[in-house]
Amino acid sequence: MEHRKSGIHGVRVDASGGRAIILAWAALAARLQSTAVGLAGVAAALALAFQVASAAAGGPEIANFTLQNGLEVVVIPDHRTPVVTHMIWYKVGSADETPGKSGLAHFLEHLMFKGTAKNPAGRFSQTLATIGGQENAFTTADYTAYFQRIAKEYLPLVMEFEADRMTGLVLTDDNVLPERDVVLEEFNMRVANSPEARIGEQVAAALYLNHPYGRPVIGWRQEIEKLNRDDALAFYRRFYTPNNAVVVIAGDVNGDEVKALAEKTYGQVARVADVAPRLRPQEPLPVAVRQLTMADARVAQPTLQRNYLVPSANTAEPGESEALDVLSQILGAGETSRLYRALVVDEHVATGAGSWYQGTALDESRFGVFASPLPGVSFATLEAAIDGVIARIAESGVTAAEFERAKTRLIADAVYAGDNQATMARWYGAALTVGGSVEKVTSWPARVRAVTPEAVQKAARVWLDKRRSVTGYLVKELPGNEEKRS
Amino acid sequence: MNLAARLFLQRAVLGALIFVGAFAALPRSADATTVERIVSPGGIAAWLVSEPSVPLIAMDFAFKGGATQDPPNRAGVANMTAALLDEGAGDIDSDSFHERVESKAIEMGFTATRDYISGSLRTLTENQDEAFDLLRLAITKPHFDPVDVERIREQTLSALRRATMSPNELATERWWATAFAGHPYAQPPRGTLESVPAITVDDLKNFTRKVFARDILKVAIVGNIDAATAGKLLDRVFGDLPATSALSPVAKAIPQGLGQKIAVNLDVPQSVLMIGGAGILRKDPDFMPAFVLNHILGGSAFSSRLYKEVREARGLAYSVYSAVMPLDYAALFMSATATRSDRTSQTLEVIEAEIRKMAETGPTEEELAKAKSFLTGSFGLRFDTSTKIAEQLVLIQLDELGIDYIDKRNGLVEAVTMADVKRVAKRLLDARMLVTVVGKPQPIAAKGG
Repeated sequence: MEHRKSGIHGVRVDASGGRAIILAWAALAARLQSTAVGLAGVAAALALAFQVASAAAGGPEIANFTLQNGLEVVVIPDHRTPVVTHMIWYKVGSADETPGKSGLAHFLEHLMFKGTAKNPAGRFSQTLATIGGQENAFTTADYTAYFQRIAKEYLPLVMEFEADRMTGLVLTDDNVLPERDVVLEEFNMRVANSPEARIGEQVAAALYLNHPYGRPVIGWRQEIEKLNRDDALAFYRRFYTPNNAVVVIAGDVNGDEVKALAEKTYGQVARVADVAPRLRPQEPLPVAVRQLTMADARVAQPTLQRNYLVPSANTAEPGESEALDVLSQILGAGETSRLYRALVVDEHVATGAGSWYQGTALDESRFGVFASPLPGVSFATLEAAIDGVIARIAESGVTAAEFERAKTRLIADAVYAGDNQATMARWYGAALTVGGSVEKVTSWPARVRAVTPEAVQKAARVWLDKRRSVTGYLVKELPGNEEKRS
Repeated sequence: MNLAARLFLQRAVLGALIFVGAFAALPRSADATTVERIVSPGGIAAWLVSEPSVPLIAMDFAFKGGATQDPPNRAGVANMTAALLDEGAGDIDSDSFHERVESKAIEMGFTATRDYISGSLRTLTENQDEAFDLLRLAITKPHFDPVDVERIREQTLSALRRATMSPNELATERWWATAFAGHPYAQPPRGTLESVPAITVDDLKNFTRKVFARDILKVAIVGNIDAATAGKLLDRVFGDLPATSALSPVAKAIPQGLGQKIAVNLDVPQSVLMIGGAGILRKDPDFMPAFVLNHILGGSAFSSRLYKEVREARGLAYSVYSAVMPLDYAALFMSATATRSDRTSQTLEVIEAEIRKMAETGPTEEELAKAKSFLTGSFGLRFDTSTKIAEQLVLIQLDELGIDYIDKRNGLVEAVTMADVKRVAKRLLDARMLVTVVGKPQPIAAKGG
């Protein structure tokens, strides 16, 4: 039932404090890191949303310009309410870390809240806490982003603060070391306490033989424990520079006023470093069908997670990534999907099943399939059912009805996104930090419309080849170990 | 009718706080958006925000009476009902229902909480007829076919099995079970591994007969739709429902077991701590002071006292918060965090010390001014999408705060005085609390109570 939309979550008026915000954005960050279902088409889906929203509102077009110091700016007007979402996206993530320093990109994200010479000791956060602004940040393999949501008159203020911390960060052991403990507690919460997250790490690590996408964004625990102030500052000076960032502003603003503000604030920040091309070690052609089993005594519901190595929007041939978007929708999105119908409804072997595709990535990305067996159903039975579903699409293609439904759904997602300035800002920011452009994004709905049933079938045949995959089985106990526990 | 209310108020005055630097805060009074109370030809009331600049409609609605209406020993009926409404209805079977929803990119979902069962609908304007017709069937003619019921039951049980190994779920469950022993609030809204297998199709049908009625219905509609069209659609969706509900009476409750510390053993690296006591009901005049006070103690995301002491200064936790939680039949104050096993006692001590300190001395003038400034300044952020507006408008109706609440609310925050928060700090925090800790066995500090 994970995929059900729900309206109200039991939060009462004026009873939720800041917690709901933390949870919501924590969930977002987790989704971005774990490449969840909702990100299908993220790299691109905005175009139509913008066209529809702005055309209906008679609003101005998206603005996109670059300052002299190399900082790129995107402005997405939405004049319905006097609220602005301001985000800065740095083109650096965990895949840019030096081996042995895993978790550093994310650790630095935490430390960015520790203050600067001009605005020491959390004055930025204190100011937001006074004016009624929301803020947070998140890190993925490819980007690190910071955002504030504020009443529009405070936009100049937050731009000033954000420009200041682009190069002005001051760190001491006094504020670095307790924060490392905080990150270790975040690791405990997200990973150590969650068997599903632990096997997810193992599957990704096994999938990537050479590329740093195999490292968890939060880092391997023994390396997080050793990260220090010098590591963080060196990383900061290498990657935090205006020519390595994109500012995205969505809400009650227009391009001209933002341009003037950006020149006054960000425009005053000098380049700190030249940014090298992001050339990570790439994957060899995958050749082996891989399986792994992880036992965790806390597993009360076994699950299967499979990842395939597939092209991202950035690495794909024209049309391939869009075909994978449509394939993921047909194969594993919701109750009408092939996997849910076969495994949950018809063959009655699983309580849930689905798939996802992360198109938003700089390098070769992942297509995921997952299922939870009903009690008494073996992984062999479950996996045979999954393989059968995939083979049927690869061999016989998709039906006209499900094909149209999938395309309609994907394109409508973009329209719905146009209702939410924060979503729009996230889509643009993510796209532009992984090799996309405003233009590429704008043409996405047209590219989805152009996908053919044959292209979807071909995507299943070519990319959902088991030799490109790792399958993980999460169990309570390894076979044969039962006696040892009693 | 037509009790219009402005959505956005002039920004709160920031008083003596000095922080802005070169940029002045400009007062602003955007009142483009209005909330209108409409009544359909058939007599169904709703709150409407007509917003023609988006090509979509968002509708949220709720019926009072959620999991509290589950029969004894059948916890989970409301939750399973919510999950089954779109699994076949009218002359459409489950598969076809999902297909029709999907093929028009309609988003429809239902959720049960302890106090109400709610639904949300989002559709492109061009598909509004199909969307509202499908919703009408889901609410008035759900099938509850045995095969669909068994599938949803298995999914529910699967989630419940997972929960047996989740420290967070266990801490929450144990807290509620202890605090509300003998009351419907003691039961997890999702049910239990014992109760869910016992639920019958008749239980589900009885639930809808009792609860889905026009007298306890609250609706909000936002988007590209006018009042006349909205009125017709309201009648189409809800017009066939009975006029009056048949809710079972639920007793008021106050949390029990205060002063106890309950440890649950689970072999996890990080322990989860929940601390809670009696709170303040939503209609109590002290609610708003309590809300402001809690923001200072543990409500604020990055500047609360708990955040500073537990996370920033000591690195004990990633997430720490407190909340005031008014329900229909009880009110709670809750705080929670998670920390590595060997720091459990220390973390609990720090939180208890902060609660005690706040009870004794209250906040500083600066903290109070800042909290009021944040709460008034951030109110508008709840209203920047159609979906969020619809959600908020239903919550305001459930809490019976009135259609002018959006206009009045920042004034209510501003009116909170230092005397108010100090009085409420004693009432709310100078009290014994019930603590649940789930994790590896650790000596728990034996303190007072």
